[in-house]
Amino acid sequence: MVPLQYLWRRLSALVVTLLIASTITFVVFNIIPGDPAMLMLGTEADPEVLANLRRQLGLDLPLHVQYFQWLRGAALGDLGTSIRLGRPVASLILERLPVTASLAVLAMALTIIIGVPAGAYGAARRGRAADYLIAIFTQVGLAIPHFWLGILLILLFSMRWQLLPPGGFVPWGKDPWQAFLSLLLPALALASHRIAQVARITRTSMLDALHKDYIRTGRGKGLPETILLFKHALKNSLIPVVTVAGMQFAGLLAGSIVAEEVFALPGLGRLLLQAIGYRDLPLVQGISLFIAAVVVIINFMTDILYLLLDPRVRYD
Amino acid sequence: MAVVWRAKRLTIKGWSSEAEGFRQRARPRRLQRRQLSIWLGGSLLLVICLAAAASWWGLTLEPNAMNIRERLLPPGPGHWLGTDHFGRDIFARIAYGSRIALLVGGGSTLLAATLGASLGAWAGYKGGWWDELIMRLIDGLMAFPGILLAIMLVTVMGPGLGNTMIAIGMANVPVFARITRGVFLTGRNALYVEAAHALGARTWDIIRYHILPNGIGPILVQATVTFATAILTEASLSYLGLGIQPPDASWGRMLKEAQPQMGRALWSVLAPGAAIFITVMALNLMGDAIRDRLDPETR
Repeated sequence: MVPLQYLWRRLSALVVTLLIASTITFVVFNIIPGDPAMLMLGTEADPEVLANLRRQLGLDLPLHVQYFQWLRGAALGDLGTSIRLGRPVASLILERLPVTASLAVLAMALTIIIGVPAGAYGAARRGRAADYLIAIFTQVGLAIPHFWLGILLILLFSMRWQLLPPGGFVPWGKDPWQAFLSLLLPALALASHRIAQVARITRTSMLDALHKDYIRTGRGKGLPETILLFKHALKNSLIPVVTVAGMQFAGLLAGSIVAEEVFALPGLGRLLLQAIGYRDLPLVQGISLFIAAVVVIINFMTDILYLLLDPRVRYD
Repeated sequence: MAVVWRAKRLTIKGWSSEAEGFRQRARPRRLQRRQLSIWLGGSLLLVICLAAAASWWGLTLEPNAMNIRERLLPPGPGHWLGTDHFGRDIFARIAYGSRIALLVGGGSTLLAATLGASLGAWAGYKGGWWDELIMRLIDGLMAFPGILLAIMLVTVMGPGLGNTMIAIGMANVPVFARITRGVFLTGRNALYVEAAHALGARTWDIIRYHILPNGIGPILVQATVTFATAILTEASLSYLGLGIQPPDASWGRMLKEAQPQMGRALWSVLAPGAAIFITVMALNLMGDAIRDRLDPETR
């Protein structure tokens, strides 16, 4: 059980981090560029149109008033209105979220399904050919840019073998199987780097566990090697993997911005890029804050999960 | 016979020589791996640096010169890596792109390391509310995944070489700040630092001679990781159209432009992707080797 006091402390830290992240978002989009209205309409825009837009965005108010108004809205789930689409930013995000979330969840699942067994197998066959082969694959996975891998996957699986769609997304409600197939290649490309990382950490962590006393005792008792490896060593070596996997899930959301562009998926990343293209700052600001908030919340949940999994971690 | 054998095994000398034998067997393998990493990583990096130098000194063809009659030519003697859809020489563009990648990677790493290490050092050495203030800001910045923060900054500052470098550098500040703070936090309370204080050493001398030498290793390892990440981020930003702007060649931009022709001109997507892959792998290998060299357990 996680003590309430610890939980309370972590929760207050979460709120403070969220507050700072929102301040950073506001500062980046409202202070650094000078005049957001001019940024949206260009330097040669009609002064009257500029003044109207400034009024519409509340830019004629003092900066601190703008900040508190925006912060109050964000806390209540109101992230403003998109300039180009004329719709609430929050509803636009919710509309695109299922695609990005499905992509991230599938990529995470592939990371764990491939990364953990690969790392564990490498540790079990340490110094043998299989271990070196896995080491080469992890080195490649860590260096390959996921958007290039995505293009290569399209070339092979979609253009040459015609097994999977090259891009686009079929909604889950329409045809779940097609939806899954349309996300498979982007998820694999997005997961490549994470698979390599997880395999590396699992291998190191499992090698560490294999040298522990309880493994020697187990071996002395005559336990079968598979039970020693998978029940005793792997189970205990998964704790650091959970932390890394938690952090990676947050990174997957950001990585999906590029993957969605390669595979033409209508997710949050593409919405962000379209918003940047049209200089729709409230939308860019809203999506940025949303992703940051999700990252902070996932990190918090990983911390709690880590504590639940490893009772040796102290709460101070 | 068995008794003699047993007796031999049980002598301390025999046991230690067995352990020594194991250690000697293990050491060359690790040494070999480290040397292989350094040689492979170093050679690959050298190739990239030579390509950048060749482009710098104008030894390649003009990277932006278009020739519609020579569009989408496969690799051959005239164009080693073929030409793109505007008839531009891909090798010349890859070489120019290596200049951009090294410049953005190096510049942003330098910016991130200088700013991050200064912030972390100040927070760790001063402690108290300075530490609290700086670290909360770093926590807030860490809520933004690197590429997102870089995208946000480039959106408001505008694309281009300098802004891309600054945006990627700023996105990597938090990690350097955290590492340096850790080093200073440990160093501040170390006995040898207390002793230096008691002897009347100046703050700057304590930092320079007693604390920094212990922290330079982790910062150096992080710098190689950040260099590789920065190159990947630059390529991603340019792929998205937010980094280096046309007609200048950048590996990410080249990939984006080649994607529509990938069915007809495979080489045009293979070359820029392979360039990014090779450079990042070279830096990762060098980083691994430096980490191994600095880790007392694996030395």
